[in-house]
Amino acid sequence: MNAIGLPQILFISCALFFIGVYGFLTRRNMITMLMSVELILNSVNINFVAFNKYLFADKLDGLFFTLFIITIAAAEAAVAIAIIINLYRNYNTIDVDEVDTMKF
Amino acid sequence: MNASTIIFYLLAAIIVGGGLMAVTSRKIFRSAVYLLFSLIGIAGLYFYLDYEFIGAVQIVVYVGGIVVLIIFSIFLTQGSGEDMKKPALGRAVFSALAAAFGCALTMLYINEQGFTPNGKPALEPSAGNIGAQMLDTAEHGYILPFEVVSMLLLAAMIGCIVIAIKIKIPPHPILPEKDDINIAEINHEFAPEMEG
Repeated sequence: MNAIGLPQILFISCALFFIGVYGFLTRRNMITMLMSVELILNSVNINFVAFNKYLFADKLDGLFFTLFIITIAAAEAAVAIAIIINLYRNYNTIDVDEVDTMKF
Repeated sequence: MNASTIIFYLLAAIIVGGGLMAVTSRKIFRSAVYLLFSLIGIAGLYFYLDYEFIGAVQIVVYVGGIVVLIIFSIFLTQGSGEDMKKPALGRAVFSALAAAFGCALTMLYINEQGFTPNGKPALEPSAGNIGAQMLDTAEHGYILPFEVVSMLLLAAMIGCIVIAIKIKIPPHPILPEKDDINIAEINHEFAPEMEG
């Protein structure tokens, strides 16, 4: 067990990213797919903060990108949930396999 | 192994374990609660790295906003008690293999990569410094993205209202009365050949 540095934090964010990818590929429910996307975005945030902390401590750019990503994730989640609720109202399901009207 | 290391590995266990349970749990409400734990763990990691402002924003926006929104939408769209169906075995196996190999490859690269800090004196990430730099109109300020993001938030808010609003059609004098627009029904009525 060596001291905590940049690689340890990158290991966490890497694991979290691929957990999110696994969830996005296996889940068929739209809400759980949205949750997987949130995990992926959070792993990216961890990366930005860790790089800012350990490599470029004289600037705050990584922090700003994290703030912007959090904002955009909030907007994305709100729009996605509006779409999901509208879809449920029209099709009575939120399973991506059953909603295939636009599928060619 | 000192207290700081123990806290770090505890946070890591919460983040990764919560994420893993969030994507594998069969009950959707439990899945949302595990996601909540994972996000709180990430906020704890930001506090651990001495970035209190980002940690606070993480708790306010993710834990207080997005997860509550997700839980509300779970209650609005389906019964939270019943199990979701299992993913198809082939899809689960290949997704797990893809994720595992991708993870292994990335970790290998991280392990071999030597990271060299630029060695300049650290700038304290206080709220004052963040605000001064973010709202700076000089060359390396972030005022333009800040304004763009605020416009994006406004657009997203209006978009949400427009998408989720229920359209009432006034009763037609001749046609039979209809409460709201139902796209599936309209498709069925006007283009029955599109079905199947």
